[in-house]
Amino acid sequence: MTAAIDPRLLLLSPVDNVVIARDSLPAGTLLHLGATEIRLVAEVLRGHKLACRAIAPGEKILKYGAPIGSATRAILTGEHVHLHNIKSDYTATHVIGSPAGETRA
Amino acid sequence: MRGYLRSDGRKGIRNIVAVAYLVECAHHVGREIVARFPDQDVHLIGFPGCFPNAYAQKIMERLCTHPNVGAVLLLSLGCESFDKYSLAEAVRASGRPVETLTIQNTGGTRSTLNAGRDWVTARLAELDAQPTVPMALSELTVGTICGGSDGTSGLTGNPAAGRAFDRLVEAGATCIFEETGELIGCEEIMAERAITPALGNELRHAVAKAARYYATLGYGSFAPGNADGGLSTIEEKSMGAYAKSGHSVISGLIKPGDIPPHGGLYLMDVVPDGEVRFGFPNISDNAEIVELIASGCQVILFITGRGSVSGSALSPVIKICANPDTFRRLSEDMDVDAGRILEGRATLDEVGQEILSLVEAVASGVATKSEELGHREFILAYKAFEPIGPACLPA
Repeated sequence: MTAAIDPRLLLLSPVDNVVIARDSLPAGTLLHLGATEIRLVAEVLRGHKLACRAIAPGEKILKYGAPIGSATRAILTGEHVHLHNIKSDYTATHVIGSPAGETRA
Repeated sequence: MRGYLRSDGRKGIRNIVAVAYLVECAHHVGREIVARFPDQDVHLIGFPGCFPNAYAQKIMERLCTHPNVGAVLLLSLGCESFDKYSLAEAVRASGRPVETLTIQNTGGTRSTLNAGRDWVTARLAELDAQPTVPMALSELTVGTICGGSDGTSGLTGNPAAGRAFDRLVEAGATCIFEETGELIGCEEIMAERAITPALGNELRHAVAKAARYYATLGYGSFAPGNADGGLSTIEEKSMGAYAKSGHSVISGLIKPGDIPPHGGLYLMDVVPDGEVRFGFPNISDNAEIVELIASGCQVILFITGRGSVSGSALSPVIKICANPDTFRRLSEDMDVDAGRILEGRATLDEVGQEILSLVEAVASGVATKSEELGHREFILAYKAFEPIGPACLPA
């Protein structure tokens, strides 16, 4: 499976349902995820996660082969996986607002 | 490597005069004394509180008798509750020169500053003449901490530090990892590495205590910059942080200021015991670094993704940058470019070896970036701990 993953992505464990961007990838980038080909709708920054398969609401997110939280809604293959669609199973993640026009990850 | 032999058998890799204020009211005088010695090993530490705290007393005693410290100047205002008498006695008993200046008796700011400056000048000359002795890797205690973590920390810097830890433990050194609040979600896999099942249970309990403590506070050990860098949850940050510990067997669980009894890998439980009393367990990275130093660390490995520039008083801090973009932006502050791993320019083992070699170089006197830049951060706040249980340090 690893061989079929785009070299710009990292799959840390074969059981994981997310892959990591090794570098920042601009919107429109075409990526190979196994048999699937996906085109990024928005920029994905270095170190961020993408779903490498469809994830159902409530499903555990697996990275390093370990659960790192749960999906709060359905996540499509290739979608950015972050605060907007997963949550901690321990304590909620705290973030601060950004000035208008400044995009936070 | 060569070190300064202390009366308890430990060896220092630096020979520092510590100037310690014992209440915030004495802080300014301490700062002014240290400022008279800009390029010398005179470091400021202290406790700001006026009310007694057994934890702060213990940490200050451990710091003032730390192997990297050669002499201690205590600065008291005069009315604070810190037990300066027992602290001075502990330093004296360790064979180090110690002097206590009480500002209310010495005649005020300028008089105390002058007296302190003269005392430090005399001690620096003595410490300069102190001989060194050969030192082995097994005589090092190394701590690891991560700060300003991002999505690259757990991929490059932390596992590379873990490789260095594995090599150090093999060589008989003592290695300490910490921040149980950033091991939430790792408790089961970590417990399986304990040298005894009973220690495994203690490791689980320490993480459960951290989870409860942070739940009461309403925040995890997670900063907005972590999320900007791609980390979504505390468990995800924890898995990355956990990689710093490497793969050695875990020999024990200690609390801040406890000195590990022999070489091996130890977890430091930094979350206070009992009900939530004095606020966040560690208000910033430097509070954790101070606790690692109090438990004997002569060197600290600090892994950052977003780009911390912190160093520390008393022990050199080696900065390992996990993110190659951050390294390019902040290279003047970084000792190791672990982000090369992400770009295919180095392997984890190569960077692990580089970290190990740098530990030896720094222990031999080479200055880290943060030392060259004059970083000597220090912070110590109120906390409360119960002593560790008998299962924490299996024989």
